[in-house]
Amino acid sequence: MARERDGPLNTVDRRAFLKAASLPCLAACSGALVGAPLAAPLFAGPLAVPAAESDAQFIREAKFYEKLPYKKIKCTLCPRECVIDDQERGYCGVRENRGGTYYTLVHSRVVTAHIDPIEKKPFFHFLPGAEAFSVATAGCNVNCKMCQNWDISQVRPEQVRSTYVPPEKLATLARQNNCPVIAYTYSEPVVYLEYVLDCAEAARAAGVRSVVVSGGYIQTDPLKALSTRVDAIKIDLKAYSEQFYKEVVNGELKPVLEALVTLRKNGTWNEIVYLVVPTLNDGDAEFRGLARWIKSELGPDVPLHFSRFHPEYLLKNLPPTPLETLERAKAIADAEGLHYVYIGNVPGHPAESTYCPHCRRKVVERTGYTIAGIHLHHGKCQYCQTPIPGVWS
Amino acid sequence: MSIKPAASTRRSFLKQGFSLGSALWALNQGGAAASPAPATEPGRSRVVIARDAKIRTANSSLDSAQLAKLLDRALQASFDCDSPVEAWKKVVRPGEVVGLKVNCLGGRGNATHPELAEAITERLRQAGITDIVIWERLNSDLEHARYKIVERGSGLRCFGNDTLGYEDDLSTFGQAGSRVCRTLTQVCDAVINLPVLKDHGIAGVTLALKSMFGAIHNPNKYHSNACDPYVADVFGLPPIRPKIRLHICDGINAQYEGGPAYMPQWMWPFNGLLVARDPVALDYVGWKIIEKKRSEMGAKSLRELHRHPNYILTAADAEHRLGTCDPKRIEQVEI
Repeated sequence: MARERDGPLNTVDRRAFLKAASLPCLAACSGALVGAPLAAPLFAGPLAVPAAESDAQFIREAKFYEKLPYKKIKCTLCPRECVIDDQERGYCGVRENRGGTYYTLVHSRVVTAHIDPIEKKPFFHFLPGAEAFSVATAGCNVNCKMCQNWDISQVRPEQVRSTYVPPEKLATLARQNNCPVIAYTYSEPVVYLEYVLDCAEAARAAGVRSVVVSGGYIQTDPLKALSTRVDAIKIDLKAYSEQFYKEVVNGELKPVLEALVTLRKNGTWNEIVYLVVPTLNDGDAEFRGLARWIKSELGPDVPLHFSRFHPEYLLKNLPPTPLETLERAKAIADAEGLHYVYIGNVPGHPAESTYCPHCRRKVVERTGYTIAGIHLHHGKCQYCQTPIPGVWS
Repeated sequence: MSIKPAASTRRSFLKQGFSLGSALWALNQGGAAASPAPATEPGRSRVVIARDAKIRTANSSLDSAQLAKLLDRALQASFDCDSPVEAWKKVVRPGEVVGLKVNCLGGRGNATHPELAEAITERLRQAGITDIVIWERLNSDLEHARYKIVERGSGLRCFGNDTLGYEDDLSTFGQAGSRVCRTLTQVCDAVINLPVLKDHGIAGVTLALKSMFGAIHNPNKYHSNACDPYVADVFGLPPIRPKIRLHICDGINAQYEGGPAYMPQWMWPFNGLLVARDPVALDYVGWKIIEKKRSEMGAKSLRELHRHPNYILTAADAEHRLGTCDPKRIEQVEI
C-alpha cells in the first residue's frame, strides 16, 4: 500500500479531525483507544515491544493451504505459494505452520483504525463523501520499496501493539460512528483474508458495506471468495512491467492483471491506483501499455488514479513525482480512451474531480478529500443523463 | 582445499607475526577482535573441524565435560594457543558484554546445545567476561531448546528478541532493509555466533551466515531465490557485521535433509564443532560436509533440488567481502 498513509504522522483533514473529536464512544469501545490523541489514529502505533498477552484469541486455521508430507504445508492464498516447514511462517509473516496445520495469527488482531473519507482510499465512484471505518492488521505478501506503511505492513503481528476487535464488534463500531463503510486497508487485506471475510459478513448483517484496498496479489479462489463478500476492491497496480514487480515490489505483475480480470468478470466494483515513481515506472510506453490493457481487458469505465509518490521506506533517494509526469500519464490514458482518469495526492488539482465523458461537465467536484458538489441523479449525469458507472447510493 | 593436521600449523603462524595484509583481512571480515593476532596466514581463513566420539556417553547422551574439552581444543587450534583462555582472549576483551547467538528453531532436537553455550560461558568468564547474554529470535524458541529465560540481572542473561524488541530505524545493505534487534545493537559489544550444522529446505544449508536472520525483524521477507542475496545482505547490515567475532557451529548432531525443522530420520551424529572467524569459509566447509553426507545417503545434491546455497558465493563477492569461499584460501584443520 503506497498512497494511503497510516500512522501518527498522518495528516488528518478537517472533517476527519472533527469527526474523530466527537467520538468518545469509540474510545470507550476499546481500551487501546483511551488517551489516544483525537486527531491521530483512533488506535495505532507500531511498538518495539509486543503488547499482546495471549495469541490464542487471534489464531484461526487458515482457509487456503494444502498439507504436505513431513508436516509441511503449501499456502495457496497468494501466487507466491510458500512451502512452509513446521514452526515457520510464510513470506507475509502472519501465517504460521504449527505441527502441519496452517494458521492465521491476525484474525481480529487490529493494529490501526481510523475514520477516513472514502476518497482517501481512494474510491471516487463509491459513495462519495462517505466515512470509512478503516482497519488493518500487520503483514503484507509483497515488500514494496516505496511502502508508506511499512511499519505495520512489513512486521510480524507480535512486533506491533494490537487490539482484539472481533467481526461483530467491528461492525458495531462502524455503525456507532455513522460509517456506512468498513475499509480493509493500510497493510494488505489479502494476508488477513479470513478476518475480512468474517467482518464483511457481520457488516452486511449490520447494514454496513465493505471495501478492500489491496495490491491484488492473490490467487483466483480466495479472490472469488473475497469478491462475493465485499462491495468494492481497489487494486494498487504498482507498475505495468514485470521488472518493476520483481525488483521493487518483490512480486509479479501477471497474477495482479489476472485478478483485475477476475474482478471484472465477477462484477465487483473496482478502481485502480497507479503510484507513479520517478524513473522507475513513469515511461510513456508503460502508461500507454497500461491504458490499452485496461481498455481492452476491463473496459474504459474503470477509474484509474495516477498518484504522486513521496519518498519513503527504501526509496528515499527519489524525489516526489513531478506534477508534469502525472499530467502526462493522465493525458496518455485519456488519449487511449479511458473515461475516468484521476490525479491523486495533488490536492486541488482539477483532475481530482469526476467529469461526464459525454458532456465534459463536472459531476463530482472534489478538493482533496472534500466533496464540493455532486451533480448526479440516480447515477446519471444531471446535465446530459449519461450513466456514470459506480456505486452512488 | 588443504586438509592438515593441527600440529603441523599451530605455532608457525604465530611466528609470522602480525602483518598489514592480515589486519586488513580481519577488518574485512568485520572482526573487531580483542587481539589483532591472526589465526591463519594472511589472506587465508582457517576452519577448524573438531570431532570426538567421546562427547557421547555409552547411552548416547552428551558428556558435557568431554564437549568442553573438544571446545577447548578447537579454540586452541583456531588461534594457535596453548590454553583455551588464551584463545578466548584473542576474541573478547574484559569488560565487554558478549552475546551468544544460538539457533533454536529446530527445538530441542537440533538446536544449539545448551551444554555448548554453557561451556563457552565458562571459558568467557575465565577470560574476564562478566556479562554474557544468550539470545535468539524468540523466548519461546529458547525455551523449546531447553534454555531458561533470565531477562534481568548481571552475569548471565538469556532472552529472545521479543524482550527488548528491534530498533525503530531501518538498517539497509544491498536488498536488505531491516530493523536489527536491540539485544545486538544496544546490549552486546561482541557476538559469538553458534549456528547448527543442518540442511535448509529453501536456502540449501543454514549455518553461520544465515543464523543472522535471527537478528532482524523480517526474516520471512528474505527466502526468495534460495535466500540469495539476502543472507549475505543481512549479514552485511552495518549494525551486525562488525560485532560478530567468532563462529562456532554446533555439529554434535547434524541434519542433511528436511531442515530447518527437526527431522530425526535425517540426522546423524557428527560429534563435532566447526570453528572459524570467517563465516563464509565456515559455511563453505559446512555445506560440503552436508553435501557429502547427502551423497553417502543417496540424496540428491542441493543443486539438483534447486536449493544450491549461492548466497555463500555472494557473501564472498566484491560487493560483500564477508569472507572467502575459495577452497585454495581456506585452511581446513581437522582435529
